[in-house]
Amino acid sequence: MSRSIEQLESMVADLLAEARKQGASAAEAAVSSSAGLSLTVRLSEVETVEHTRDQGLSITVYFGKRKGSANTTDLKPAALREAVNKACTIARYTSEDDCAGLADPDLLARDYPDLDLYHPWNIDTERAKELALKAEQAARDHDRRISNSEGATLNTQSGSFIYGNSHGFVGGYPTTRHSLSCVVLAQDGDSMQRDYWYDSRRDWHELLSPDAIGRKAAANAVAKLNARKLGTCQAPVIFRADIAPHLLHSLTGALRGHAQYRQSSFLLDSLQQEIFPNWVSIQEDPHIPKGLSSAPFDNQGVATRPKNIIRDGVIQTYLLDSYSACKLNMKSTGNAGGVRNLAITIGDLSLEQMLREMSKGLLVTELMGQGVNAVTGDYSRGAAGFWVENGEIQYPVEEITIAGNLKDMYRQLLAVGSDTDIPGSTHTGSWWVEQMTIAGN
Amino acid sequence: MSNTLNLARETLLSPAGIDDQHLQRIMNRLMSSRLDAADLYFQYSRQESWVLDDGIIKEGNFNLEQGAGLRAISGEKTGFAYTEDLHLENLLEAASCAHAITQAGQSGRIAVTGRESREILYPSLNPLESLPDAQKIDLLKQLDAAARAADPRVKQVTVNLVANQDTILVMDNQGHLAADLRPLILCYVNVIVEENGRREQAGTGGGCRGPLTWFLEDDRALGYAREAVRQALVNLEAIDTPAGAMTVVLGPGWPGILLHEAVGHGLEGDFNRKGLSAFSGRIGEKVASPLCTVVDDGTLPGRRGSLTVDDEGTPASNTVLIENGILKGYMQDKLNARLMGMAPTGNGRRESYACLPLPRMTNTYMLPGEHEPEEIIRSVKKGLYAVNFAGGQVDITSGKFVFSLSEAYLIEDGKITAPVKGATLIGNGPEVLTRVSMLGNDLALDQGVGTCGKDGQSVPVGVGQPTMKVDEITVGGTAV
Repeated sequence: MSRSIEQLESMVADLLAEARKQGASAAEAAVSSSAGLSLTVRLSEVETVEHTRDQGLSITVYFGKRKGSANTTDLKPAALREAVNKACTIARYTSEDDCAGLADPDLLARDYPDLDLYHPWNIDTERAKELALKAEQAARDHDRRISNSEGATLNTQSGSFIYGNSHGFVGGYPTTRHSLSCVVLAQDGDSMQRDYWYDSRRDWHELLSPDAIGRKAAANAVAKLNARKLGTCQAPVIFRADIAPHLLHSLTGALRGHAQYRQSSFLLDSLQQEIFPNWVSIQEDPHIPKGLSSAPFDNQGVATRPKNIIRDGVIQTYLLDSYSACKLNMKSTGNAGGVRNLAITIGDLSLEQMLREMSKGLLVTELMGQGVNAVTGDYSRGAAGFWVENGEIQYPVEEITIAGNLKDMYRQLLAVGSDTDIPGSTHTGSWWVEQMTIAGN
Repeated sequence: MSNTLNLARETLLSPAGIDDQHLQRIMNRLMSSRLDAADLYFQYSRQESWVLDDGIIKEGNFNLEQGAGLRAISGEKTGFAYTEDLHLENLLEAASCAHAITQAGQSGRIAVTGRESREILYPSLNPLESLPDAQKIDLLKQLDAAARAADPRVKQVTVNLVANQDTILVMDNQGHLAADLRPLILCYVNVIVEENGRREQAGTGGGCRGPLTWFLEDDRALGYAREAVRQALVNLEAIDTPAGAMTVVLGPGWPGILLHEAVGHGLEGDFNRKGLSAFSGRIGEKVASPLCTVVDDGTLPGRRGSLTVDDEGTPASNTVLIENGILKGYMQDKLNARLMGMAPTGNGRRESYACLPLPRMTNTYMLPGEHEPEEIIRSVKKGLYAVNFAGGQVDITSGKFVFSLSEAYLIEDGKITAPVKGATLIGNGPEVLTRVSMLGNDLALDQGVGTCGKDGQSVPVGVGQPTMKVDEITVGGTAV
């Protein structure tokens, strides 16, 4: 069992009191506790059963404009005192920093919505095993070329989280997260390929069926068999919906206050600039009920709210925590800890229709490596997918790279597909980008 | 009884009042006659990190992590539970959870014994206390000043200093105890430079299993600051990278990431036992040019990837993976070694008590060849000279790997010419080493900043290689 909200609340109150006792002028603390089960089957047998139980606490203390912080997984009183003590010691050595401090009290989420994030699943290992076996079996039955399995995993976690600060704010809520995944191998002669599918939900009733997950994992792996390389060329590229979210995350990374005030963004000083075609809008909605990234307040207690990040192709806002907001002479946008539930304007075309319209080019279904330069926007990553001609998939391709610059890729976005049925917290279809450099033979 | 073991007992067991009889009781709860193996793993870890950014000491953080992981294994099945609370009743409850993979049944008594001690590879010191706090701060400020003084085009400097002490104690179902005290330090400098509106970044650093004073020896950390600036300034001049297949010469040291990604992961025991790797079932086959001998060596003193014993209590070893081009062996933990009828190689590693051990690399490198590095460059009519990398990734099943260049140059008519922008190299693991046609006599290991991820678990690793010429790799540039 994870600890109750009340236990965590009193722990946060004790910590803030201890920080005051040790001389801090302000302090903030967060505590989380979760418990769950993770069960993996492989080739029809149970492989691992993990009983998870995690807890952690973090505290930040301020002595005027200096700060120090500490984390601990040990929540016994002696460890908590030690953590506060260490944070206070550290604060003696950090520099005076005009922007250091708690969030503006006026922005704190004094009254916040219940986002329906808690749907515990009272599932035992037998039932968990059954569901994981079903997913793996569906994959193995899907095609005779499915030759091996890395397994299917059912994971269920339930936990609580509390944040409090010395402005008198204390808030928290319980959450759950359940997921089912399946990874299989397909083989045809010398060609061996591996692929997966998964689903992840706050409410376990909404999980995609084990059959559907298994079949999709198998279909993905089989489709990659006997992939070829491509000749080096320039061509249009469609990023399939399940990998398209990373293009949005590169955007929000560049708009983060931290990247702006440190001048380490490829979209530096870009407010009100048009960086997408004018049909593109991008929103963040942290209040979607049961949303995987939903949260009523950010990591500093600031109320979150839905907002436009891009409207008609134009940048509307940076994404700020209170520190970077101070650095930029702005107000926090409630983005301490990141962005929550992004959505982009969806078009009318299905993926198949987009392929037909593109006629000739590359459909990318997999990306490898870290080749995105956040300062310049230069983009060069390993890729695999399918070569398209006459509007139809011709054959799978691998061992190629795609390269360009994110600024060009955003400007050259031709369409976003209606194929938005992907797991995760981002609402997008496939992205069709006018032209990139493909390197191969 | 070794000193390390006594220190580990004092740190981990004494504060919770756990004695040898308690360990026996927990093991008896965990183990039954139908199990093949079980272990208890105790860990106490403290980490301190400092960040200088924007000219000030912006952040300092202390992190305390402790707990115990209990594992029961029957055939290929593993039951696992962990607790952060080391009191006996919690440990017994966790043992019951982990044990639940098989039917109940008690085993006989076991005697708790310390393993014979081996030579330790790094000092049993606490690196958090290896330098007074005021001197840690001074070091950060010196590096900031050195980077800014190196060139007026430097606009932003970030310095990270991290010290970690990890104490582990593991007991197997025979009652054997093994312990390790692992110091780990890291210093990293990142800079942003600007000229005529163009901005570029670069970073470099180093680390080892030792005291923070290591960074002060021979102005080692000051060297990181100057090197970061040099790399960033090179990037200001960089032109578009050519796209397509070409000859690539990899520099010595850190480019050994190629070995880690292209062959290392594919030779981990679990993937091979399950037949998931492009290298599965290929021991004895030719997988590289005869020039290539690759080892995984966890016994190098003080190295970031080194371990006196691994996280299952097995002493680390020097394992030959590829010898003169022939695949010789895999890296094993106990579970996969037993199931494959092989010996454990001391590669059973875990990120923490809350994770299951997996076969993982330690320090993976290629032995040197005979050529002068200059000779190798001279032999290339047109190609790429790749010196620094930002990281990599591999699909062990298809064998496809990538890694990202952070510093590279064109080679034209045997000479190093213009620097090129960051690009990605992509290749096929079982093929790439067959195309190695020249090896330098300049084997170097990396500076000690590598971290490897697998199944969501991060562990510190090392890589290394001599200058290496590969006749063809696909380069992911923008210039056609």
